[in-house]
Amino acid sequence: MNVFHFVQAFFSDGAHWHGYDGIPRRMVEHLQYSAAALGVAAAIALPIGLVTGHTGRGGNALAFVATAARALPSFGLLVLMFVLMGLSILPVMIPLVVLAVPPILVTTYEAVRNVDASPVDAARGMGMHPAKILFQVELPVALPLILSGLRSAAIQIVSTATIAAYVSLGGLGRYIVDGLYQRDYEKVVGGAALVAALALLVLGLFWAVGRAVVSPGVRRR
Amino acid sequence: MTPTHPATRTNPPRQDRGVFGALIVIEDVSKRYPDGTVAVDRLSLEVPDRSITVLVGPSGCGKTTTLRMINRMIEPSSGRILLDGADIQQQPVNALRRSMGYVIQNAGLFQHRTVIDNIATVPRLLGWHRQRARARAAELMERVGLDASMAKRYPYQLSGGQQQRVGVARALAADPPVLLMDEPFSAVDPVVRRGLQEELLRIQEELGKAILFVTHDIDEAIRLGDQVAVLRTGGRLAQFAPPDELLSSPADPFVADFLGADRGIRGLSFFTSAGLNLDPAPVVAVDATAKQMAKRVTPDVPYVLVTDVDGKPLGWAEPARWAEGGKTLTPYGQTFEFGRDSLRVALDCAVLSPTGWAVGVDRTGSVVGVASQESVATAIRAAHAERAVRARDAAAPGTGARGTGAPGTGARGTGARGAGPAGAARRGGAGGEAGGAPGSAAGAGAEAAQ
Ligand SMILES: Nc1ncnc2c1ncn2[C@@H]1O[C@H](COP(=O)(O)OP(=O)(O)OP(=O)(O)O)[C@@H](O)[C@H]1O
Ligand SMILES: [Mg+2]
Repeated sequence: MNVFHFVQAFFSDGAHWHGYDGIPRRMVEHLQYSAAALGVAAAIALPIGLVTGHTGRGGNALAFVATAARALPSFGLLVLMFVLMGLSILPVMIPLVVLAVPPILVTTYEAVRNVDASPVDAARGMGMHPAKILFQVELPVALPLILSGLRSAAIQIVSTATIAAYVSLGGLGRYIVDGLYQRDYEKVVGGAALVAALALLVLGLFWAVGRAVVSPGVRRR
Repeated sequence: MTPTHPATRTNPPRQDRGVFGALIVIEDVSKRYPDGTVAVDRLSLEVPDRSITVLVGPSGCGKTTTLRMINRMIEPSSGRILLDGADIQQQPVNALRRSMGYVIQNAGLFQHRTVIDNIATVPRLLGWHRQRARARAAELMERVGLDASMAKRYPYQLSGGQQQRVGVARALAADPPVLLMDEPFSAVDPVVRRGLQEELLRIQEELGKAILFVTHDIDEAIRLGDQVAVLRTGGRLAQFAPPDELLSSPADPFVADFLGADRGIRGLSFFTSAGLNLDPAPVVAVDATAKQMAKRVTPDVPYVLVTDVDGKPLGWAEPARWAEGGKTLTPYGQTFEFGRDSLRVALDCAVLSPTGWAVGVDRTGSVVGVASQESVATAIRAAHAERAVRARDAAAPGTGARGTGAPGTGARGTGARGAGPAGAARRGGAGGEAGGAPGSAAGAGAEAAQ
């Protein structure tokens, strides 16, 4: 038996496609956790990254926070939060957000800070307001890098959201956790394959978003 | 075809000072940075309307600092700056900046915007509708010599020179009375730079802005400036004068040194060749008989210049050999356009000529006459003497010499090659001047063709 047999067996079993523990439902749950975590992380990290990058100040403090956040183990954090807060979505969200904030924050800061100084100088010289400079001059040029930060955060979230299953919540992690418990390796491998597929989907999504929102003048194509 | 001369045409002479009021007045301005560096030290300058004022000096002498104090990108430590009589400190900073075009070294274009949208930036900031702003931008593309097909390109699809043109167009888009330019052409190669400089002179000819132009290149300063401010390290003004005055009488050894070794020669680009005594005698048409040709030979000119029947030069010939049938011609080398090119060009032609005689042509390329190195030297001495007289008159009050079109210095704009209608009209004027100049040999070509 190799991995492909497990995968094939998992997906050809009609029972996996319906109902409470069906693939569509687990997929939707997983995407919901992921999207919520990414949304919250972006809401925290993007404004801070944009403003610090624009002013060029606070870079050191930012790097320190990011490193510290990266050092926190997601699973440990989950257990701790679960113990503190009991069963709810919050103990899952917190580790995912903590996981996603550093890459978004650091790349956004770096992206804005490294925007070529001369267009910014020119914009200032022509009497553009600082907020307009940030959003109309710096952001469009920094966008590819910012998107790459969001993308790596999203992929990390998608793969880590499996931990929700440890605290009796849903998502694709269910298959992995339950499969391990039941020694149903078909299920484990099937769940893992679904997570991987979802990560690829996220990659594709970000590629499409990049095509749509990044100016051809910045993409140079 | 007349080979065009690679050396300078008559420099566009300065605007006569005092005709237009000072638009920007820098009064006793100093800038000391927080770390104690004194970048500008009690500088006073006036930038008149409708003229180009150049700030030049060695690296770190405070040129950029001075420029950026005018649009308040940097605030002075002391002193004040007036725009049209009003202290800029009292004006809302963004409104002030929108009234001044700003051009920087690498153009600073917005990578994510097309050429047309880059140029439309300030009109959009001023609240114009997109369509109107784009129409205006298209107008400016034409003005700075950019093909309309470039409108939808992004900056990365342009050459450095084209990017710089976009930068200039963007600065001009809202028709500001003032243009601040910080080494705008220093990142492009010399040939492109030359083109941009001529384009700027042509645009200035049409628009008549108050331009403050920063460069570290003294040649650029002399070519563009109606007046040139030389700064020395430490941000102090060393000299403020029109370029010909700078070249002829530098205030001190620092300025002289900064101007370089051949400033005497370079100063000749401010004298028109109209004062030159062209000799039509040694010019003959190619169908002349040996007898006619022999008549043209004088003891001091063993050569004659042979032209075609239209008066276009063909080459130098030795009449004795020509008569014997050895019809070989020595290349005539470069020619200068009489009345339009400067004495510097005429001198260069004489120096490069195989016979030592420079060939003067009219606007159509027909030979007007020839000038020896000695006669160029005579014209140079006469021009210097005339300038000395003018300087004395200008120093003496009430003579009214100041502000009148100074004869002897070429008419303004004659240097702009490929100029627009305004320039062409003035060139016509210069041509008329040449025709009326004493000793000019208009019709020499016809005579030679007899
Ligand atoms: N922000 C700053 N803080 C401290 N010193 C500065 C600052 N900006 C410029 N200086 C100093 O002020 C002096 C003048 O600088 P400025 O940029 O005006 O020179 P510049 O004439 O434009 O030189 P360049 O031809 O190299 O561009 C220099 O000695 C420079 O080091
Ligand atoms: Mg500078």
